[in-house]
Amino acid sequence: MKRRSSDGAPVVPDATFTSYYGRPVVKPSPWEKDIPAYLFLGGMAAGSSLLAAGADGTDRPSLRRAGRLSALFSIALGFIALVHDLGKPSRFVNMLRVAKPTSPMSVGTWILSVYGPAAGLAGAAELPFLPQFLRRLLGPFVRPAGIAAAATAPAVASYTAVLLADTATPAWNSARRELPFVFVGSAASAAGGMGMVLASTSDAGPARRLAVAGACVELAAEARMEQSMGLPAETLRNGRAGQLMRAARALTIAGAAGALMGTRSRVLSALAGKALVAGSVCTRFAIFEAGQESARDPKYTVVPQRERLDRR
Amino acid sequence: MGQLSGPDPHVASNAGWAETPSRKGFFTDTSVCIGCKACEVACKEWNAIPDDGFNLLGSSYDNTGALGASTWRHVAFIEQPRRFGEQQTFFDQAPTDSRGDFRWLMSSDVCKHCTHAACLDVCPTGSLFRTEFGTVVVQDDICNGCGYCVPACPFGVIERRTGPAETKNVGIAQKCTLCYDRLDAGHMPACAQACPTESIQFGDLDELRVRAAARVETLHEEGVSDARLYGEDPGDGIGGAGAMFLLLDEPETYGLPPDPVVSTRDLPQMWKQAGLAALTLLAGAASAFIGRRK
Repeated sequence: MKRRSSDGAPVVPDATFTSYYGRPVVKPSPWEKDIPAYLFLGGMAAGSSLLAAGADGTDRPSLRRAGRLSALFSIALGFIALVHDLGKPSRFVNMLRVAKPTSPMSVGTWILSVYGPAAGLAGAAELPFLPQFLRRLLGPFVRPAGIAAAATAPAVASYTAVLLADTATPAWNSARRELPFVFVGSAASAAGGMGMVLASTSDAGPARRLAVAGACVELAAEARMEQSMGLPAETLRNGRAGQLMRAARALTIAGAAGALMGTRSRVLSALAGKALVAGSVCTRFAIFEAGQESARDPKYTVVPQRERLDRR
Repeated sequence: MGQLSGPDPHVASNAGWAETPSRKGFFTDTSVCIGCKACEVACKEWNAIPDDGFNLLGSSYDNTGALGASTWRHVAFIEQPRRFGEQQTFFDQAPTDSRGDFRWLMSSDVCKHCTHAACLDVCPTGSLFRTEFGTVVVQDDICNGCGYCVPACPFGVIERRTGPAETKNVGIAQKCTLCYDRLDAGHMPACAQACPTESIQFGDLDELRVRAAARVETLHEEGVSDARLYGEDPGDGIGGAGAMFLLLDEPETYGLPPDPVVSTRDLPQMWKQAGLAALTLLAGAASAFIGRRK
């Protein structure tokens, strides 16, 4: 069974390869939109906790508040998405039966079980409708919780890249070197963007700097990743994933430019911040979709493996 | 973390079993498979697997498609305009000249029960475990259906079962158990028991390897030069399979990956990259707060 590229007009020359009636060799993940949404929300939460802790230490109250609230809502929504995606949501607690370093999902569960309560506590203290007695009760724990959340945040932002890469999904596995950098960059630009939207312009300086630095890391790592992935990089350029990736790039560049220019304008700053957040969403969905597509088309499994064998 | 790749002759005891029988597995000799699908049926009957669809796929006699949550044995059918070894077909004496050489490949695929099983490595609940026989089995009452094992498997074997809510084990990962319950009682797996040509052979993995090597040699002597073994080499990317095959063409012809590698092999490097990225984020966030306030 010789089979040509599925989408008619391939960018690179056709790779001829053999497959079983064009059927997939590996299975795409059964994950739905919950998982790319969580990838974004986890990154947003992590970056926000870092900004909040820095703002707390440097007396920037509106940025601290923005960061803690953004972290609280992001991680809560992310947690809901994770449980919702399970085949048996009622068995969520089974994740806590074991601690397995060979399972990035197990490692992530334990990271989240430290990060989640810490970010939750710090965020709860910023809720406007919190009763006074609760506020007093939480009082002494809020700053330590914020610091604990910030300390675990980098792990929250980066482990998801290992989670995707540690699979037989060609686009994710071949991206294993650069994907963590794409994800932390995306987390920083999203959280910075959210800080620019929510905090006062006088407090938002660090959010702008984090957003611009994150955008640069994300764009550079993504470009490098497409170079090193080999054939599966096609899935980041074609189809729906390609559209999302182009949108992500445009939004991230526009947002970073806006962040650099609109330092005094609240309107421009908020607009740029929203573009960065949207860019991060698009990046996560693009990488997720690319992986699914790379698993559905046997070309991306067979051709790189055949080339590897032929080199031996 | 234990051993993540390479040969591992003591896979069950390394998984924590104190006393282990010799490692069990399959040798599927596709050169004698007649495509009767008795293995598919016996597997479904014994393991009480729900139906996987009554479809006509238009791929020779294969209307099953692929291994999956409700398909633990899958017979592949491949029609090729080639001769089987030095077989005399007499097609050249046929009344029409439109017929040429022809051979029909059939192969019963199954979970490979890898020495380094990615599904087991990445399972976050401990539902997937290594049995005393060295096989890999899902514990139905523990799996929470996270689905991570599905993209992890380099062979596309394990799958999360879908269907109406009343379907048995719906929502959780399912695959071949190498009939763990039958092994415990001293029986061979249902598919091997049902196979009428001994294409599916069950036994001690060490012995099966010897048998497989002898069989491929015999076939080569008889002129079937394209016979080759698949999954028998402990030096391969999965540390050798618990279910090996004798194939008559390249693995990808049968829908098998030509050079499978357990992704966990590279996990230490992946964690290192993630650690570097995490430090980059921490440093970036810290330096965002350095500088004059405006």
